[in-house]
Amino acid sequence: MDFYQVLQIIIPSMIALAAPLIFTSLGGVFSERAGVINIGLEGLMVIGAFTGIVFNLMFADVFGAWTPWLAVLAAMIAGLLFSILHAVACITFRADQTVSGVAINLLAVGLTMFLVKLIYDKGQTDRITETFPRIDVPLLSDIPFIGPIFFANGYYIVYIAILISFVVWYVLYKTPFGLRIRAVGEHPMAADTMGVNVTKIRYAAVLLSGAFGGIGGAIYATIFSNEFNHATINGQGFMAIAAMIFGKWHPIGAMGAALFFGLAQSLSIVGSSLPFFKDIPSVYLLIAPYVLTIIALTGFIGRADAPKASGQPYIKGKR
Amino acid sequence: MSKYLSKLTSPLIAVILGLVVGAIIMLVSGYDPVAGYGSMVNGIIGDSYYVGESVRTIIPYILAGLAVAFAFRTGLFNIGVEGQLIVGWLAAVWVGIAFELPRIIHLPLAILAGAAAGALWAFIPGYLKAKFRVHEVIVSIMLNYTALYVTNYLIRNVMTDKLDKTERIADTASLRSPFFESITDFSRMHWGIVVAIICVIIMWFILERTKTGFELKAVGFNQHASEYAGMSVNKNIILSMVISGAFAGLAGAMEGLGTFGYAAVKGGFTGMGFDGIAVALLGANTAIGVVLAALLFGGLKAGALNMPLETGIPSEIVDIVIALIIFFVASSYFIRWIAARFKKGVK
Repeated sequence: MDFYQVLQIIIPSMIALAAPLIFTSLGGVFSERAGVINIGLEGLMVIGAFTGIVFNLMFADVFGAWTPWLAVLAAMIAGLLFSILHAVACITFRADQTVSGVAINLLAVGLTMFLVKLIYDKGQTDRITETFPRIDVPLLSDIPFIGPIFFANGYYIVYIAILISFVVWYVLYKTPFGLRIRAVGEHPMAADTMGVNVTKIRYAAVLLSGAFGGIGGAIYATIFSNEFNHATINGQGFMAIAAMIFGKWHPIGAMGAALFFGLAQSLSIVGSSLPFFKDIPSVYLLIAPYVLTIIALTGFIGRADAPKASGQPYIKGKR
Repeated sequence: MSKYLSKLTSPLIAVILGLVVGAIIMLVSGYDPVAGYGSMVNGIIGDSYYVGESVRTIIPYILAGLAVAFAFRTGLFNIGVEGQLIVGWLAAVWVGIAFELPRIIHLPLAILAGAAAGALWAFIPGYLKAKFRVHEVIVSIMLNYTALYVTNYLIRNVMTDKLDKTERIADTASLRSPFFESITDFSRMHWGIVVAIICVIIMWFILERTKTGFELKAVGFNQHASEYAGMSVNKNIILSMVISGAFAGLAGAMEGLGTFGYAAVKGGFTGMGFDGIAVALLGANTAIGVVLAALLFGGLKAGALNMPLETGIPSEIVDIVIALIIFFVASSYFIRWIAARFKKGVK
């Protein structure tokens, strides 16, 4: 097996594994940039995964090949609705944002598993039949050398994830709405003084993070697990948070970090069948995203600083 | 007396609200909430076996709760209790298997190994917080997963030959108690309850009766004032995390030496570390509060197992109730606001 063949195996799996991380970490970027810590991304992914799978199982006969796309849409809405809880607790009730996030995670797993047992009368759902097909991107996959590695044997939703991260960058850095999000996360009082409605912007940002987290969870469940059980989402949300930090709270950075973590994950899965990589114990690849994030935070690879006002509720008129 | 009462009000309201919403969910799902909660109470104190199992569940909840609460008092959020618990579990079991010693040395050594491993694992976020001002929440979340994968690797590749669980610990390191087993109809209740109670006293003593405890709390109240008063903020941050981690490691050691007697490869987290956050919050981060909250949550968890057997209600309803209680405690601003309205109305 030569190096080129190895790349043909690793790269598509890396990009595919990165897609749910990209969406979810973009959600994290929205929320934290507006000053609301969202540890609950894991739980939002759980909600997304559950909704995606259940929708898929219920409507596969009706929508056929379109089912997974509509399932992702349903998951997006479910994630958005569920994140309202986090928004209300953190913004209106001034709850500790980390605590509320922990509660979101516990609630998501409890609620979805309760519903799974209620609907299916067992510990997991049935397996879905309609998943995203693997495709070769027309034209691009014909590019010599690069084409077969990056654009063959992939999923459309994965390329959409990468495109969306540029859209998010545009929104955050080139539109008034993005400027307001960033202002509210850095110095809410200054933003308030300039007439920005801090509460409204923060609500919007948290709901966006819920929508993105829901999408991420649905993609992960649809492509990789094909069913939903208590362990379907096992740390993906926290890894997305890691990607967001590793990417320094920047959409493109988060996307890059998610791709890198996707590489580590794909190596830990397919690595055992590849030359050279099979000699690395998979534990190193499994812990790499987490350890690297800690190292990034300590400043050895360029310091990562959180938005200034993250974690603090904004109370009007308080200095 | 009224001071204590008002302190109890918002946790109590949170618990009641949580249970009420849980009942509504049961009702909407077509179950009978009265029968549901009835079967849960049966599962907690229905007969001596259930009582024993409830006590066994409460043991790690007390210790995990103490761990989170202790760090909270210094203004630190130790969300890494889960990871510290896992490494403590493995270290205690390792000592339990690897040595042949008389019981009087072996058992304390194994327990201390669990505490030390947890302390070491918590030292990392403490040190990084003190030295680099890195937020302990993120570091300890990352260390949770690191702990999960590293311990799984060690169990599979170092302590056994590709097996999913280690061999059993030596009897001399076991916390199992024939006495407790005989009075509780052969439940898995073990001597860990004594360890947990000792730790409750230790936490109370450190925080309320020593200079160190005063400094730890001072740093939690106001870092700048403490610094100005000549206390070393950095030293206290690390110390607080280390003690917190030791409690967490002990929680794991109780599971390893008492309940199970071995360590097994885990597909995911035990959940005890996260529930510890709930325990600490509801217990207002005090030693006695943690005991009360652990009694409640440990009891709920143990009783939940009886719900599907008697009434067919999925036990996850209790996870929902616990999560809701955390929500309501965290949103106590809202509860106080409502309470204030209510009082005005009465007048």
